[in-house]
Amino acid sequence: MEDWRKGQEIVVMEGRIKVPYRWAAGEVGTRYLQALRDERKFLGTRCPGCGIVYHPPRRHCPDCGRECAEWVELGDRGTLVSYTVVHRHHPQLSPLPLPFGYGIVKLEGADTGFLHLLYEFGEGELEAGLPVEAVFAEEREGSVLDVRYFRPLREVG
Amino acid sequence: MEPVAVVGVGMTAMRRERREDGYADLVYEAVRLALEDAGMTIDQVDNVVTVSNDFFDGRTISSMAVQDACGSYDKNVSTVEGDGTFGAFYGLMRILSGSFGTTLVCAHHKGSESVMPLITNAMFEPVYERFLGAEAVTSSALQARAYMDKFGVTEEECALVSVKNHGNAFRNPLAQLPLELTVEEVMSSPYVAEPLKVLDCCPISDGASAVILASAEVAEKITSKPVWVKGVAHCCDAYHLGDRDLSDARALRDAARRAYSMAGISDPRREIDLVELYDAFSYMELMWLEGLGFCGPGEGGKLTASGATAPEGEIPVNPSGGCLSGHPVLVAGLNRIIECVLQISGEAGERQVDGVRTAVAHGINGPCGQSHCVWVLGGEK
Repeated sequence: MEDWRKGQEIVVMEGRIKVPYRWAAGEVGTRYLQALRDERKFLGTRCPGCGIVYHPPRRHCPDCGRECAEWVELGDRGTLVSYTVVHRHHPQLSPLPLPFGYGIVKLEGADTGFLHLLYEFGEGELEAGLPVEAVFAEEREGSVLDVRYFRPLREVG
Repeated sequence: MEPVAVVGVGMTAMRRERREDGYADLVYEAVRLALEDAGMTIDQVDNVVTVSNDFFDGRTISSMAVQDACGSYDKNVSTVEGDGTFGAFYGLMRILSGSFGTTLVCAHHKGSESVMPLITNAMFEPVYERFLGAEAVTSSALQARAYMDKFGVTEEECALVSVKNHGNAFRNPLAQLPLELTVEEVMSSPYVAEPLKVLDCCPISDGASAVILASAEVAEKITSKPVWVKGVAHCCDAYHLGDRDLSDARALRDAARRAYSMAGISDPRREIDLVELYDAFSYMELMWLEGLGFCGPGEGGKLTASGATAPEGEIPVNPSGGCLSGHPVLVAGLNRIIECVLQISGEAGERQVDGVRTAVAHGINGPCGQSHCVWVLGGEK
């Protein structure tokens, strides 16, 4: 084997697995995405047992298992729980030009945080507890990207 | 728990790209080494657990493609998709069921063959999260920030982990990335996602490993120095990142508590001699040290700065170089178990730490250490 190997390049087969998927958002996810698209509103669901308001909404409480049938309208502002400014990212995954941010945002009225994008922030401006607001896309099609990103809240009140 | 022992271990070298070996070749190498270590033939293996991930392999039902390589042909074989510590846990349970005397557990990963961020992005929920583009590094950056903010941990303290583990890798010929670093060099490496810099992040690697577990009855016939499973447990946190307090490794605390209880350990810092934990990012070593009970919350940085976690320290952590010095995903946790076994057996070569009787191995699954598996291993039954 060794003699044969001298000066040989190992063959590499290149390929790409491309399989279309169709992930059903379900009743709960559909109502949530419709409210984002049609009313620019964030909706959560409340657990009747724990009282926790989940955002994104859940049909069943992850803590106690009860059905969360009550819908709660949340604010389009919130606070940053955690954040990162991204400097290197795979181009296929970058929804915004670098550097942009990811944040865990807790919306007004929600007890849980959710992951979203951060943009339009200054260097060193991001910090835990910072008030942020959603920037909606003009053309919305019923996806989490109907919210383009969150940015530091520019005006109070 | 009925006593179960590790009777054989095998690891391939971890390298950025092992183009000369297909992944079945890597599995063959690791399994052959484990069989040699145990002094067994494949005929003496009662059942096999393989560890693989279809996305990483680019092949559906990837476990079936290593059957010949791991000798599971004509045997009962099952698969775990997750870290190797969880694969070994399943292998252990198969022995405890009473149906098998020995289990071979093998794991493989060729990070060189795919595009890591595209695959780790796909671990996120597709309706609410995935299209935002987050993956392993950016989600871990959110955890690092939350943890560092909560306890005032500094980037320099995290950098100490990178300096230590890359330095340790010089004594491990299987490690991929031995580096002589200073804190300043880590600090001046470019940001990937703040606060994580290039030198805070594990590399992409190719590698495979294998362990053979045996019931006490079989183990004592096979080998004169089995390494015993003294305690083991795993625990999982919530799936959605926003549901978790990312700064709190509560699933790890729970897993550690139960594993220690099983092993009869009440003071881990005093009773455990060595730790191999899953340091995919430098901050993780600090968080996991706290979760494993070696210091209080937020004290991991100070413990590291004191030198206690160095190979010659009071509680050596990742003397192999850890995941920062070689990170074949899935394989990495199994390597933590194997490193502990080698240390307890006195067979860890240049990286051998003196007097290791009890060691802890730790692995994770899911974003930001969603799930943790803790193993306590010891030289005495």
